[in-house]
Amino acid sequence: MNRLELTGLTTGPAQVWGGIRLVPLVREQPVGGLRLHEELYSDHGHGVVDLGPRTHYASVVPHGFVADWSGEGEQSAAYGTQLGAAADSTAGNRPAPRTARLQRHRHHRMAKRRPGDRLRFLPLHLALEGYLALHFGGPAVAWEEWSRQALRDGLSPRAEDAYLGWSVRGLGDALRVFEIHPGQCGVMVYAADALAAAFVLPHPDDYRLLHPSLVEDLYGELIHQYALYGAPVPDFAARIPDGPQPWSLAALRAAARECEREWAEAHDTLFAGELLDSSYAFDRVYRMGPFTLWRFLPPFRPGGAGQHIGETITDHKGQVAYLKTFRLSEAQIRRGHLLHRLADADWRIAAAARALGTTEEEVVRRIRAAGFDSLLRARA
Amino acid sequence: MTISTGTDSGLVAAEDVLLFVNAAITSTGQREFRSTAYQQQLSLEFLHEYVRVNYRRVYAAALALDINDHNAVLIVRGLLEHAADAGAEEKRTEGRLIAARLARLPPQRVYRLFRALRAARVNNRRTRAIMRDWLAARPDPAHDAVKYRSGLKTAARHVHLRFGGTGEPGGTGDETGDFLFRPGHRTSYRHGLLDAWRRAHYEQGAVEELPFTVAEGFAARRGMKREVFLERMAPRMTRLERLRTLGQRASGDDARPPADVDLTVMPLTRLALYVLSLGFEARSARRAELTDALRTAARRAAGPHAGGWGRVAAVLDDSYSSSGSGEKRRRPLAVALACHFLLEALAAPGAYSPLWTSGRADPLLVRPWGPTPLGIRVLDALDLTPHRLVIVSDGWDNAPPGLAGEVLRVWRTRLDPDRRTAVVHVNPVYDADGFDVRRLAPSVPTAGVRDAEDLPALVEIAGFAEGRTGAAALYAYLDRQVARFVSDDGAGATS
Repeated sequence: MNRLELTGLTTGPAQVWGGIRLVPLVREQPVGGLRLHEELYSDHGHGVVDLGPRTHYASVVPHGFVADWSGEGEQSAAYGTQLGAAADSTAGNRPAPRTARLQRHRHHRMAKRRPGDRLRFLPLHLALEGYLALHFGGPAVAWEEWSRQALRDGLSPRAEDAYLGWSVRGLGDALRVFEIHPGQCGVMVYAADALAAAFVLPHPDDYRLLHPSLVEDLYGELIHQYALYGAPVPDFAARIPDGPQPWSLAALRAAARECEREWAEAHDTLFAGELLDSSYAFDRVYRMGPFTLWRFLPPFRPGGAGQHIGETITDHKGQVAYLKTFRLSEAQIRRGHLLHRLADADWRIAAAARALGTTEEEVVRRIRAAGFDSLLRARA
Repeated sequence: MTISTGTDSGLVAAEDVLLFVNAAITSTGQREFRSTAYQQQLSLEFLHEYVRVNYRRVYAAALALDINDHNAVLIVRGLLEHAADAGAEEKRTEGRLIAARLARLPPQRVYRLFRALRAARVNNRRTRAIMRDWLAARPDPAHDAVKYRSGLKTAARHVHLRFGGTGEPGGTGDETGDFLFRPGHRTSYRHGLLDAWRRAHYEQGAVEELPFTVAEGFAARRGMKREVFLERMAPRMTRLERLRTLGQRASGDDARPPADVDLTVMPLTRLALYVLSLGFEARSARRAELTDALRTAARRAAGPHAGGWGRVAAVLDDSYSSSGSGEKRRRPLAVALACHFLLEALAAPGAYSPLWTSGRADPLLVRPWGPTPLGIRVLDALDLTPHRLVIVSDGWDNAPPGLAGEVLRVWRTRLDPDRRTAVVHVNPVYDADGFDVRRLAPSVPTAGVRDAEDLPALVEIAGFAEGRTGAAALYAYLDRQVARFVSDDGAGATS
């Protein structure tokens, strides 16, 4: 498996608000046997995740998702539902508690099994942690260029910046005025026509509940700037050509259908091409019955189209049931590229320079410019 | 009064006029689904100033149309604040229009207008005369003194009004003056309402004699139970107060309303708003009653036009955006629902076909949800070859965007060039950025709508937007409206 297969999802007509374009993805048939719910956390989302012995991941974690593959998702209650006594019983006179206790901020593992067939995972952080942990161990061989800290701690501490959806200009409003389609299970978010995020869920009801959660997600620096400085994007208004053909209502209807089909095709090839056409390195996180939770990393090719990290749940046929992506900025792609080349060359700067087609001094300069200064000895 | 402009600039002027009328009908300066209250107010303020400076006569004449109260107040204020721009003859016409409009406005709006005039320090002789005439025409000053205490006080101060002047032998006018300006001066009042207000401070029984809004304050202070209080106050409420408190009066959450409430007398759009405020279970449980009330209100609104529109198809927008905003809750959907019943009454019996954008067929159970596939729905409607096609939508056609405009364009140019089908688009939402209601296509006339009851008049106005009738016809229409409005002044005054 090295590609994302969005089979079963049809592209709907986009809705534009300012510089944000939202493209709905509609499922004919919901994915059976998997439901996703949201779980809210306190402390304004400031969260710390224990990844392993002495490894922590700290970020804004406003919510987690709970995947439920027991097949009883239809009957399960939404988040925040409280069980109370019947109104006519003696206990019913007591008012129901008005508050729900939120989880404390310390999470154990990115993905954690819950009682029953349920798995709690932290959306997007799963993918981001995969990116941050890229060659996290540092140099495997103690070449003389690498500092003692690099050999001892690897790349730790490793940090990347992202923006909360609230601070992406216009995103909140665009999500608010968006009209959810019947059967809609996903959305692609564009800022100034750059793909910012793709979000797919197994069931339309889940989507309706989780649609506002997009504003609490993380977005890359590029998206934040595009939204801030970009001009409003134009609507792709339908055009019916004034042909010489004899017009009738049936012909008009056919022309209208043609408009819809053209847009769906144009979107899948032109807009979402960079997400769907590139190959990814998939890393299995958890297997839950017929479904598998993966996170994936792009090939880190600098200077090309936008590259996305993300996580996905696929069924046994490889069909995407859940997807959430994060667009890397150009600097982040370069960092990933550099780390990959260094690791491929067994952390030998000379070999890495050959692989990159440049000189050793240039590679050293690139390492320093990428923010990995502490990896190198001062005299390297 | 005649309104005329040069023929060369006539068309542009006519467009401006229609634009302004659309804005004045729809916008209330409140938050909409897609714009904030501030954006709406800013946009409206500009439009008012633009029309007032460039087409002052039209600006005044707009008072004779079915514009909403918010804009009527803004126009009156604009005319009075900038009196210097008008000549003597103009002022006379304006004065008549203003007086006629004030007589139709709800009193609380007029008192608020007076307060605004006082704050803006507008105190010329004409303003004082208009205010004095309006105050003199109020049926019971004592009632106003109790219900609009600060409003009347401000107005009286502003125009140097003397209460208890000549012609009031009972001396109640004098009492009103004392009530407002010398509280505690008298130990009791001869006028029942004034005395009830005095007694209500220490006697619970007197609270019930007061107008509802005043009594509410006393009831809160006394800690009276809301249900009991509303039950007792029911006979003293106005029509709309009764409708508004229906939900609170019903014992149980969705039980039947009290027997003394007659829904059929309510205005159509208000009734539609009330229906939409009910839950789905309540709506289906009371289906017969609600449908009957809506039909009766629609027949009353249709009046002489009932059954005269032939075969009618309607495309009604129940997309998510028709949920309006927190301030105008479900207003666009209520307008669509009211239009549904009104068109049913206007169409020839059995010749009406409604098409909701969501595809649902039960009008009573509509809910604002989903996208707006207006283009496909318009096609479905045109399939029925109606005489008239009415589109009720906020003009945001998004599935796919712009398809409705294209369909209507091709239909107009290729399939129906001799206009066998009359298409009209009525839009309940003012688009603050465009200074107009949003249009679907240039070939389709668009009119703003606030209350569905005005639909027949709006269709007439929308005819001018089609561009086939000249600007002269529009001005003639305005003249007719002004003459009609001024002649039967006060006839349509509402409670």
